[in-house]
Amino acid sequence: MDKTGYYGTFGGAFIPEILSTTLEQLQLGFKEAKEDPAFWSTYQGLMSTYSCRPTPLTHAENLSRHFGGPQIYLKREDLNHTGAHKLNNVMGQGLLVQRMGKTRVIAETGAGQHGVATATMAAKFGYSCTIYMGEVDVARQRPNVFWMEQLGATVVPVRDGARILKDAINEALRDWSTNMDTTHYVLGTACGPHPYPEMVSYFQSIVGTEVREQILRQSGRAPTRVYACVGGGSNALGVFSGFLDDAEVELVGVEAGGEGLETHKHAARLASEHGSVGVAQGYKTYFLQDDDGQMLETHSVAAGLDYIGVSPILSAYHEEGRVRFEAATDEEVLEATRLVMRKEGIIPALESAHALAGAFREAPEMNGDGVVIINLSGRGDKDIFTIADALGDTAWKSFIITKAEEYRA
Amino acid sequence: MLEDYIRNKQKEKDILLMAHVVLGYPSIEETFELVRTIVEAGVDLMELQIPFSEPIADGPVILHASQAALAGGVRVDDCFRLARKITDAFDIPFLFMTYYNVVFKRGEERFFAETREAGICGAIVPDIPPEEGESFMAAATANNIDPIFILAPTSSSERISYLARFGRGFFYCVARKGVTGAKTDFSSELDEFLDRCRGATQLPLALGFGVSSKEDVQFLRGKVEIAVVGSQALRLLNTNGTKAVGDFFAKLR
Repeated sequence: MDKTGYYGTFGGAFIPEILSTTLEQLQLGFKEAKEDPAFWSTYQGLMSTYSCRPTPLTHAENLSRHFGGPQIYLKREDLNHTGAHKLNNVMGQGLLVQRMGKTRVIAETGAGQHGVATATMAAKFGYSCTIYMGEVDVARQRPNVFWMEQLGATVVPVRDGARILKDAINEALRDWSTNMDTTHYVLGTACGPHPYPEMVSYFQSIVGTEVREQILRQSGRAPTRVYACVGGGSNALGVFSGFLDDAEVELVGVEAGGEGLETHKHAARLASEHGSVGVAQGYKTYFLQDDDGQMLETHSVAAGLDYIGVSPILSAYHEEGRVRFEAATDEEVLEATRLVMRKEGIIPALESAHALAGAFREAPEMNGDGVVIINLSGRGDKDIFTIADALGDTAWKSFIITKAEEYRA
Repeated sequence: MLEDYIRNKQKEKDILLMAHVVLGYPSIEETFELVRTIVEAGVDLMELQIPFSEPIADGPVILHASQAALAGGVRVDDCFRLARKITDAFDIPFLFMTYYNVVFKRGEERFFAETREAGICGAIVPDIPPEEGESFMAAATANNIDPIFILAPTSSSERISYLARFGRGFFYCVARKGVTGAKTDFSSELDEFLDRCRGATQLPLALGFGVSSKEDVQFLRGKVEIAVVGSQALRLLNTNGTKAVGDFFAKLR
């Protein structure tokens, strides 16, 4: 029997029979696109004219001086159109949808970045678009919901389960099981059944290809370490892809430590002892689950990292020891956010600030002639409500109160 | 074992009914009483669903029941105990329905050994295709549990023939795209799909997804051996209580 889409013992395609033909068609469509030399150049062309690719690699001189350790470089995925690396995957899948002749796209979203990116892509390509988003995330990411709707998408709040990212994925799978003839499911990260992990990391590899060339040109050497935050794992796989073959480059994935690993209020599947291997949402990987295999509630200040599973490709790298996994707490993340704003004039997404926090923790002890790359996967203006709350900014609070009173009048 | 039972039953009835309950919903005690009521109403087989937190093949009705059961603290151990009590008390074949992670986490060997000890004779696990299920099928059959595979109208005839090699007991045919609980328009399109299933297997066919009335069951008479009724009975349970579910099944054929 054929088992496809495995990374070590992780991955696979554990899906209801109703979707098997659709997934097979997607596998075939992706394979043909990948083998067509014109496809990647069309993709690159689109990303350089519609988004800002190649995104810059910024030498963070002030931060480097601040820590007195290695030279720190930031890969600026926040400068992508729509403000995060999510667009890389979405535009690639958009081109694939065109080849497959479908007319509707659906997606799940946590932070809302992937939802906004998908709604943007749908507007550009002329597809109709439905975004599933957990009710909890809808409440904490209203600005993104607003933009998705303005871009023409229908946003469906998911009121089942824990009402977060995993529940939005379940609901998107249910929609797809019903409407696969017209509809493509634009999964936002390198999770889910084969071919999604491979396909999403293929599109995100554009980050790794660029950054490798940039670091060699700008610093004259390969990096000592590369840091990326890990929710589903797509930005990490993207940036890591440039250095997988360089054994001397240490790759570090930083998961959501939430309120601290010991509180169990976190989303650290690989960096904590609480994750175990399971099969859900179509694939085998490490999940945060109980002894019965029921998924646990996860927690993170960053909605985009608040997820039970992790890319099967990263689970394989974890077991092989190719990638080291750490966790950063909500508190460390806010501290890192503050620091990078003040020192470099860059507002990071709370998700991306996990990578910063992981790097800042280790930088002071690292050798001074080293080079570190941190993938700044998204920008933080979307998090204004969360960050303002966390910082307890009183002027912001009174602004909101005044605004609310205006609306009430 | 299941196949023989179905063949024998067919001598008395021209279509069999398979009911469905979620173990631990509304509570352990009420599940048992619900099963009693449904068995007394004359159904021929029953699915006992072990709740899972991420039931991607289920629509809102079964999804909510699963969530409520889990929120009420139902553990997989409780489901095995309840299943044992049910199979001891009632003399029809019972099958487990669940998702693969519940089996995987317990260990396939242990899950199926305990399934056998609980007196269960089949297992419907919608997210384990044969490609991924080599050890799953081996553990099931080693314990005399029939793995029930699902056939879908979206699958090619080649795919259906491939799946037909792995089935035991019967095949569960889904009437349409989508998840459990939505409406199905029973029409001649279904005949074409069922013909393709018949062409691929000698095993009995069950049909589910959207079977909700006497008319639906009437439509299926002579086309399949088993009509599967899940969400509609659960909806009735939620709105009118256990007795209404019994009345519903008693008048379904």
